[in-house]
Formats: sequence, structure tokens, C-alpha cells
Amino acid sequence: MDILIYGTINSAALALYALGFAMVYGVSRLPNFAHGALYVLSGFMTWFFLNSLGLNYLISIILAMLATGLIGALMYQFILIRIRGMEISEIMATYAMGLAILEGLRWGGFKGMTYTLPAFIAGSTTIFGVSVDYQRLLVVAIGGAVVGLLWLFTHYTRTGLSLRGMAQDERAALMLGIDSDRMALVAMAFGSSLAALAAICLLPLGNIVVEAGYNVLILAIAVCIVGGLGSWMGAVLAAFLIGFAQILTVVYLGAHYQMVVALLAIILTLIIRPSGLFGRQKELEERV
Amino acid sequence: MKPGQQRQERIDRGIRIRSDGLYALMSWRELSYLTLPRLALIAGMLILPLVMPGMYWQRVVSIACIYALLALSFDFLAHFVGLVCLGGAFFVGTGGYLAAILNTSFGLSPVMTIPLATVLGAALCTLLLLPCLPLRGVYFAIVSLMYPLFAMRVIEALNILGGTDGILGIDSFSNRWVEQYAVIGATLLFLFGTRRLVNMDIGLVLRGVKDNDQAIRASGMNITRYKMLAVFIASAMGCMSGAFLVHIYMWSGISQFALDFSILPIAATVIGGSGTLAGAVIGCLILVPISELLRDFGTLRIVFYAAILMGFIVFRSEGLLVYGQRKYHQFERWTTRL
Amino acid sequence: MTPEPILQVKNVTKAFGGIQALNGVSFDVYEGEILGIIGPNGSGKTTVVNCITGFIRKTAGEVFFRGKDISRKPPHKIADMGITRTFQIMRPYYTLPAYKNLVIPLFSPRAKRTGGWRGGGNLGDRKTVGIDILEEIGFERDSFVPYKLASSLPTGYLKRLELARCLALKPDIIFCDEIFSGLSMSEISSMVPLIERLQMDGITLVMIEHRLRELFRVANRVMVLNFGEKLMEGTAAAVMADEAVKKAYFGSENIEELVGDVNG
Repeated sequence: MDILIYGTINSAALALYALGFAMVYGVSRLPNFAHGALYVLSGFMTWFFLNSLGLNYLISIILAMLATGLIGALMYQFILIRIRGMEISEIMATYAMGLAILEGLRWGGFKGMTYTLPAFIAGSTTIFGVSVDYQRLLVVAIGGAVVGLLWLFTHYTRTGLSLRGMAQDERAALMLGIDSDRMALVAMAFGSSLAALAAICLLPLGNIVVEAGYNVLILAIAVCIVGGLGSWMGAVLAAFLIGFAQILTVVYLGAHYQMVVALLAIILTLIIRPSGLFGRQKELEERV
Repeated sequence: MKPGQQRQERIDRGIRIRSDGLYALMSWRELSYLTLPRLALIAGMLILPLVMPGMYWQRVVSIACIYALLALSFDFLAHFVGLVCLGGAFFVGTGGYLAAILNTSFGLSPVMTIPLATVLGAALCTLLLLPCLPLRGVYFAIVSLMYPLFAMRVIEALNILGGTDGILGIDSFSNRWVEQYAVIGATLLFLFGTRRLVNMDIGLVLRGVKDNDQAIRASGMNITRYKMLAVFIASAMGCMSGAFLVHIYMWSGISQFALDFSILPIAATVIGGSGTLAGAVIGCLILVPISELLRDFGTLRIVFYAAILMGFIVFRSEGLLVYGQRKYHQFERWTTRL
Repeated sequence: MTPEPILQVKNVTKAFGGIQALNGVSFDVYEGEILGIIGPNGSGKTTVVNCITGFIRKTAGEVFFRGKDISRKPPHKIADMGITRTFQIMRPYYTLPAYKNLVIPLFSPRAKRTGGWRGGGNLGDRKTVGIDILEEIGFERDSFVPYKLASSLPTGYLKRLELARCLALKPDIIFCDEIFSGLSMSEISSMVPLIERLQMDGITLVMIEHRLRELFRVANRVMVLNFGEKLMEGTAAAVMADEAVKKAYFGSENIEELVGDVNG
């Protein structure tokens, strides 16, 4: 039973990590390797707003999300827009930016274990005989809410539908008058804010460390590859697969093997079914 | 020119175009035009250890050569085969740990461990990268990026191979001059070797894999096999550099999988001129001393490399050597008129 | 008694999502003949070639080469068996000179086995063999044409270079995808003897063409595709006289017929 609960919590966490990356890649085919850096950056920003500026927790959160979204948008507008379409250059550029942010934070003194964010609701409860703290429950709740809201957004609002259109077929969307660059900008801003949201939910569970930036990036990419690069629903499903796989290994093999699971998941996917669960990269298998 | 001279020039032109592997040398001037830059590079690198003030800087030269081998492997893979390897640190770590194990557990001397670590490490890396070779280039970039990160975490978590302390007590070279010149020799060997390789028939096939893989498939050749070959060669260079590294520092630890070894070669290649393998070497000879000078700034160095890399990618500058080559060839056009 | 066909295509079907590109196309190719494949735009001609040569995975159907099933093989294995193709959008190695373009296919296992076109079984120096092939194909040896970069060659030469790439493998079948397109009348007139000579050397050619008059000069048999289905096959004269073929190309003046065709 606790496997079920912890598995769900872990899966929700993974989904939160991955959705930002999946959104940006799905809409504009832009692999945002600065995703992990934005995650950590927003955490530190929240801490800064909360502790150094003494603002209200909620306001800090909102400010951090907006700021991260803005940074993502700026990254796109000034740098990524020039190399749009050249995948390898995009990877290198976003990776370089992520590195610059993360290592810059490390150099700026943000190292060590002293930075934490308070939980929203302290305390814990027991479900089916398993003790779970409220923060973790909140993760699942927010994760579910985000997926649900995202679904509603992309199916019922104008911008959301445009994003979906872009994700399905860029050229057709262009012909319908959807501005590709504008949508990519929106997607970047959204994706960055999602990274911030993930940070805000999950960082209270531990400390804010720069290393988390790399871990989040690895996990997000693993989830997206298994789910199929470009598919949001695939990412959610893959999050559950990997999430439960990780918890099972923790229970039966030991806690250190978690990362190995992610690695194996990627390799297995690439060998057996490179396009992932719901990937639309059929071009991998049939090309002219 | 008189008609007779024009005819002579036309025929000579044919020889010069056709025998582009070999040059029909007609004067000392032409001979020196071709060989001078190469001799300058070789002579320069061989003299370096002698002019360096003190052991610290001599070691910097060795480290620069190690990075140069990595940069060579990156340039070769990226511009001649089309595979962008964002995790060169993985090669360094694999070669390093293999050499360390061969040395400490099997008692082999550096003369044996380095070649063995090179070949075994290359085989291992190629095997691990095999799943992403039949796929689009993006996947290779992603997987190569993640492998060093994974390796670090796995070693740390499972506490194998010495865990965070690493493997200690590795032999060093018999004599520091041997150490220096072995590394420099290896770098020069691989530089000129790779340059020769990309102009041979097999090199043309690899370039075809980058530019036009459909035509290669239509010619009855298996692309994955050629990519495997290229990855083997490149990872051999990387593993060799790792093996040298552990013998120089007499220690092997997870820091070998660190970002430094992934990012600096890329930045150096881009600065030195991508596509010209010599540019990668020169870029390292420039960047590594600078990075030593910046050592006090800690991880800001990485921010610095990242910024350089981003600048070059976005503004697409050609790099030092490409610029230099252009100017040098223009120079030739003036001199042959005389 | 008709000889065994060298290539048998049975019921090949290909759907791209909702679009049915090929629907149960079957035909045979006999050794040493020139088969033309014609049809209006979008009829699936290039798709047929892609499916047979392995560049696209078929949804259904089989292809047999000399009795062996090659339906599931990857493109490089099919080329290795002796079925080569040219590309409609030409793909030379633009950054290399013309003769180096041939060094690459001469590196393949098949070329090593067969020694390239006209090679006696021993490959020798690839650059020399490459230049020899180019000379056979019509590049003048003493001029600089074989040494020029592929990016600077005009279309006529590039088309011949595509053929040369196939010839380097000493093929049994060459699928020529619109090899006459983009050429002037005189260039085509000089290509026709080349094609005839290839046939005399024993190579089977399947030519997909839009230029019907030129095709009919060389083709032994012609097959017509329309909307992914085979309309008919036969000699050039029979095909030209057929009503259904004319309607496919030129449409019908009769509205009921037109609507009937679309719905059917």
C-alpha cells in the first residue's frame, strides 16, 4: 500500500518536472536544457523574496513564477530565436545558458545546505495506514490540477488551442495565421513558469541545492523520451511508469538505484521504441 | 602571359587539382608554403615544455594537450560525422577509471595501461552509445550529455570504484620529461592522423554520413556501422586523454566526469575554428592557460566558457583558424603572381 | 514461354495516416527490360520506388527479388543485393568533387565484391575507377569536369552523376526517378544512348517519368498508376491508346464521369 502512495507522489513529482520541458519541446521543437537551471533559480528567487526582502510567502511565489517566466521569454527572444530550427545549436545554447545560471549561482555563494523553503501546510496525516505529510499530498493535488488545467487550457482557450495547433503541425498552424515565434515565446514562458511551479511545490521537501538543477534536467528528459518527445500525455504516462519503477527499486533494491532506473528507462526506450510511448516522431522509423 | 606559358599553366593546374592528396611541388617556395604552418605548430608544441617557467606551467601544457585530444574528438565527431557529443567527460572518466583499475588492481605500468585503457574504453563507450546511433542526431546529443552526469551519480550512490574518494596510488610516469612529451606526441599524432583520415576514402564516407545519409544508404552501406567506427575513434582519443590524466595526477575520481571536460573542449573548438581539427588544438592551447589564470574564480570559469560558447553559436563566428586560413590563402595569391 | 521475372511486386499498400498513397499495386519486372512507370502527379510513383527499395516501410504487400523476399529489408541491404535507385531531388555530395562522389559508393561492400562497373572484380584505386566510370557516363576526361565540385555542375551532369553512383555498385536493377526532368531536349537526346547502352550491358531499368515522348523511345513496357492504383500496363502504343489513361491525365469533360471517378 505504501508503494502505491509513494509511487503516486513520486510520479506526480516527475510529471511536474517534465511538463515544462515537454510543453516547450512539443510546441516549438526546442529542447530547453536550461530547464533544470530555471527550476533552481526560481527556488532561490523565492527564498530571496521571502527572506531577504521579507515579503509574504504567497507573493514571493507569484513573483518568482512570473520572474522565471519572464526570464524564459527573454532567453527565447534574444538568443534562441536566432538559432531556431538548428536543433544541435539549440541544445548547446540552452545547455550553456543552464550551465551559466547554475554555476553562476554556485559561485555567487548559493551552495551548502542552508537554503530551504517552508512547507505550505505543516504536519502530516495518515492515509490507509501510511503516514504522509501534507506537503507531499499537495504535490499530488497540484500535479493533478496542473495536468487538468493544462488540458482545459489547450482545449478551450484561444492561446491554448494555438499552442496545440503548433505542436501538431507547424506549417498548417502558420497557414491559419498562428504566429510561430509568438507561440514559441508563450510556450517558453509557460514552460519556465511550470518549472518554477514544480520548484515551489517540491523544494520545501528538502533543501535548495544547485545539484538539483542537473537532477531535474535528467529526470525531465528521461520522462519526455520515454513518453515520446513532443507528447504531453505521453510525458504524464511516462512519469507514472518511471515514478513507480523508481519506488519499486527503492523498496526492493535500495535507495541508491533510483537514477539507474532513469538511465535504463532511456536506453530501453531508445532500443525498443525510439519514438517513445506516444511520440509522433515517426520520422525515426520511416524516412524518405 | 605568352601562349606557351598559359598552356603550361593550364596543364599544371590539372596536376595540382587532381593530385590533391599529394602536391606536385615545383619550387621551394611552394614546399615551404605548405609545410611552414605545420612545422611551426609541431616545433612550437615541442619547444613548449622547454620554455615553460617551472613545473606548474609544464603541467599546464600537459593538461592543455589532454583537453586538446578531447577537443579533437569533439571536432571530428561534430563536423565530420555530424554527431554532437556534449559529454566528452564520459570518455575521460571511462579511460581514467580503466587505467586506474589496470594499474592498481593488475599492476600494469603506464606504458601498458594507457593503450589498453584507450582500446577497452573506446569499446565500452561505443557499446554504451550504440542505442542512439541509428537515431537522429538530437538523441546522440542528449544521451552523451547525460552519461557523465549519470556516471557521477551512480558511482557516488553505489559507492563503487572508490566512491567519492576515488582510486588513489596510481603510478606516474618515470620521468617528467617522458610525461610531457608523451602527451604532446600523442596529441600531434592524433591531430595529423585525423586530418589524414578525413581525406582518405573512409573519411569521405564519414563526411557523407553527415551531409547526405540517404545517398549512403542507397549505395549499400550501413550508416550505423560507420557511425560506430567514428564514435570508436573519437572515444579512443577521449579515453586516452583520461588515461594520461590519471597518471599525471596519480588519482582517479568522479571529478573526471565533471563539466569542465565536457564544456571546455567545445568552447575551444568553437574559438579555434570548427571544422579544422588544428583549430581545436590551438583553441585548447589558448583556453587552458586562461582557465588556469582564472582558477581563483572557481566555477565562474564554467560560466565564462558557457558564455563564450553561446556567443559563438548565436553569432556564428568562424573561429581563429578559419579566419587565419582565409588570410593565408589570400597571401598565397599575391606571392604566386610574382 | 515467358522468363521468370527478376522483381515481383505483390499488392503493395501504403497509407500515410489518412492518405492512401498506394493501394494494392502489383507488377513484375523482367530481366534486361526497360519498364516505364507513368501517371499523373500524386499517383504514387515515387512512393512505389521508396517502398520497393526500402526507404519507406510498407503498410502491406511483398516484394520478391530473384525469388527472395526483400519486403522487410533496410535500404542499404536492398542496395547491396543489386537494386539501386536515383533520387528525384538529386543528392550528390555537394562539397566534394565529382569523382570523389563516386569514391564513396565504391567503398561499399557490394562494390568491393563486384569491382564496380566494368571492374573485373578487383577494385584497385577508387579514384581512378571513379574517373573511369565518369568517363563512361559522359564526363569528358581531359577537361576539368570530373574534378569540379558537385555544387558547381549543371543539372545534366548531376543527373549523370546520380546514375554513376548507381553504376558504381554494378547493379542488376536501377530505379530512375524522373531522370529526364529538368533537362533540355538536346540533353535528353544525349542521355537516351546512355540508357540504351546500360540496357545492352544487361542492367534492368525501371524509369519513372513525366516526359512521355522521350520515355516511349526507350521503354519496352509501360505501366500507368493513378491515385495509388495500377491502371494498366502494356506496350507504349497500347498505353497511349487507352481511354482510362487519357482520362486520368486529362480529366473528363463529362461531369457525371468526373464525379463518379472521385466517389468511386
